[in-house]
Amino acid sequence: MCLAVPVKVVSIEGNEAEVEIGGVRRRVSIVLTPEARVGDYVLLHTGYAINVINEAEAQETLKILEEMASLDEIH
Amino acid sequence: MKFIDEFRDVELAKKLVNRIKQLSTRPTRLMEFCGGHTVSIMRSGLRQLLPPTAQMLSGPGCPVCVTANADIDKAIALASLPDVIITTFGDMMKVPGSYSSLQQARAAEADIRIVYSTQDALQIARDNPTQSVIFIGIGFETTAPTIAASVLQAENEGIKNYYVLCLSKLCPPIMKALLDLGELKLDGIVCPGHVSAIIGSRPYEFIPRDYGVACVVSGFEPLDILLSVEMLVEQIESGKPKVEIAYRRSVKPEGNKTALEVMDRVFEVNSADWRGIGVVPASGLKIRNKFERFDAEQAFSITLEPVREAKGCICGDILRGVKTPNDCKLFRKVCSPEHPVGPCMVSSEGSCAAYYQYETV
Amino acid sequence: MGLIMNDETILLAHGSGSRLSHDLIEKNVLPPLNNPLLAKLDDSAVFDLSGRLAFTTDSYVVSPIFFPGGDIGKLAVCGTVNDLSMSGAAPLYLSLSFIIEEGLTIGELKKVVGSIKAAAEEAGVNIVTGDTKVVNRGSADKLFINTSGIGIIPEDIDISGANAKVGDKIILSGTIGDHGIAVMSQREGLKFSVPVQSDCAPLNKLVSQMLEASSKINCLRDPTRGGLATTLNEFARQSGVGIRIEEEKIPVRDGVRAACELLGFDPLYVANEGKLVAIVAPNNAGKILAKMKRNKYGTEAAIIGEVTDEHKGKVILKTRLGASRIVDMLSGELLPRIC
Repeated sequence: MCLAVPVKVVSIEGNEAEVEIGGVRRRVSIVLTPEARVGDYVLLHTGYAINVINEAEAQETLKILEEMASLDEIH
Repeated sequence: MKFIDEFRDVELAKKLVNRIKQLSTRPTRLMEFCGGHTVSIMRSGLRQLLPPTAQMLSGPGCPVCVTANADIDKAIALASLPDVIITTFGDMMKVPGSYSSLQQARAAEADIRIVYSTQDALQIARDNPTQSVIFIGIGFETTAPTIAASVLQAENEGIKNYYVLCLSKLCPPIMKALLDLGELKLDGIVCPGHVSAIIGSRPYEFIPRDYGVACVVSGFEPLDILLSVEMLVEQIESGKPKVEIAYRRSVKPEGNKTALEVMDRVFEVNSADWRGIGVVPASGLKIRNKFERFDAEQAFSITLEPVREAKGCICGDILRGVKTPNDCKLFRKVCSPEHPVGPCMVSSEGSCAAYYQYETV
Repeated sequence: MGLIMNDETILLAHGSGSRLSHDLIEKNVLPPLNNPLLAKLDDSAVFDLSGRLAFTTDSYVVSPIFFPGGDIGKLAVCGTVNDLSMSGAAPLYLSLSFIIEEGLTIGELKKVVGSIKAAAEEAGVNIVTGDTKVVNRGSADKLFINTSGIGIIPEDIDISGANAKVGDKIILSGTIGDHGIAVMSQREGLKFSVPVQSDCAPLNKLVSQMLEASSKINCLRDPTRGGLATTLNEFARQSGVGIRIEEEKIPVRDGVRAACELLGFDPLYVANEGKLVAIVAPNNAGKILAKMKRNKYGTEAAIIGEVTDEHKGKVILKTRLGASRIVDMLSGELLPRIC
């Protein structure tokens, strides 16, 4: 449920932001993520940013995935 | 696309599947609560790749599927009122109520418009000041803050013709209700990632504590789901169920405080009618008195015909995970995406639709 | 009579057969499309034709009528030209009927006629007969167009949805989903800015080049409404065979992929108006593909799968992860979703 897609914040004007993904752009509301800044990635759900994506955590998760994958090789 | 492609890496996925196969020594029953997870699993074919010990069951996390016939009938009745424009997410258009659907009502000249966002509904309200614009507010905690935000925005701007039919539902209470029903013996739950982006992971703590069921909050890409299954299997094999977050880039234990505050300003908790389960206390949202002028149920008076359930439809059993679509006598024979009998077939993430569309070979 | 301005609206009177009607057609529709047959302005276009004929008709009701990469006029010509081409016919003549909703401006009509002219020129077809009606406001969505087309099929061509054979290769001429996303992005309630244009194009020259490479093309179809998935299912059912395709091999533009993610669509079901799917014998596939890539509408052509004798009547997709799943036809409308 809850289709939400990571998009990049390109510009901010008050409560609204212009976001971009794969060249597609739209004006969305950032009332739920007032901490969002230009350059951040946010989760977009029905025209609202619902969270700012934590890039460091994303890298960490990828690292965990790669470690798990290499554990498989040891066996 | 960033934060998407990296989590679809095929080589990593294959290795993770192998790791799960090694870890998983005994049969485990895992529920993917959220319809979005069901779709992602079926679309990528993950179900086929996982070891038979990791059995995945689909849960009721599809806000369209769990919308009761009575509520759909309400939406259709509102659509038939004069000078009303209904704005709705696309998901609701084909869902059959007791007698009709929004799609059929539109063909019968009701003004029903599909929108992507409550922002679009607000714009329609601004553009049509002499009409009443009613937004059909389905969804779980992911969507509820966006609906609440639209009410606050309407109030700030003095938009007088915007209303919401509040059909929002809450996940942790329904998870508890399902576990209490005791029909399923679950070992683990793949928890809804985007609901959790709003509510955090703390609301699920009662699940391992009171029911001994493992919980992992999961993202939606194939690697996210595989990671979550791996973490669940590890928990179950170790006999130490807890709540963990696999989707750490989008979910914090405390959730999104701003969103929770916005929800709390506009909504209060109420009982809600869940298809297949019935009325569950404190499992839905209602617009607070302070904002009752935006509440479509208060603002408009409608008469409803008696609610009817479709004969033979076992959507309720499927939603509770006790039956699969293949157990349903109507599945494929009478009930199909072109002629859906129940919402599990209509919603693109209803179990029946997912099984029908993405049946693996 | 006064000067007709572009923002002058078309009225019911313009469709009544009156002097106003004649003026509308003679000043705005005929001149750009002019050719000897049309110029006669007889009730029927009269010409000699011999050979095996292909005849098709289609009505165009797209909304909005102007979208990135084209408009309803271009669509009306290309759609019918392509239907003829998919039978292997060389398209020759088109009829053109307008049903205009009162209130459309002369400027909008002229723009559409301009697109029709350009598309017809590119395809090398002539509009030889036509009709114009004007209806009450609310009875048509700005403009509806019907085109019928006639073409000649060369002798050794036998193309049909029922001709697919086990072992045949499936060739797709380029990226999928462009048209549907371009149009959808303009709809009220869904506005996105997409770097995607409709792929609307006349494919008759591409088809004739493919037939030069090999006259043995078994099936040919343009995956319009319902997308690639629906067309492949049609072939599987008509030919009584199974079809197997690979997700990795199907070209999709980034912008289309992104828009589909946002709206919850699967590109396999999104409409195309300038693409074709061909099913050809395996030993011909290479040379047909090479020919296609040299045509501007086939630069991204690719072999995406093959015909099998398993799962007859069904289309199987091998996902990126290596699992297989069934791809069904589109049921009903493609609706954006939030779940």
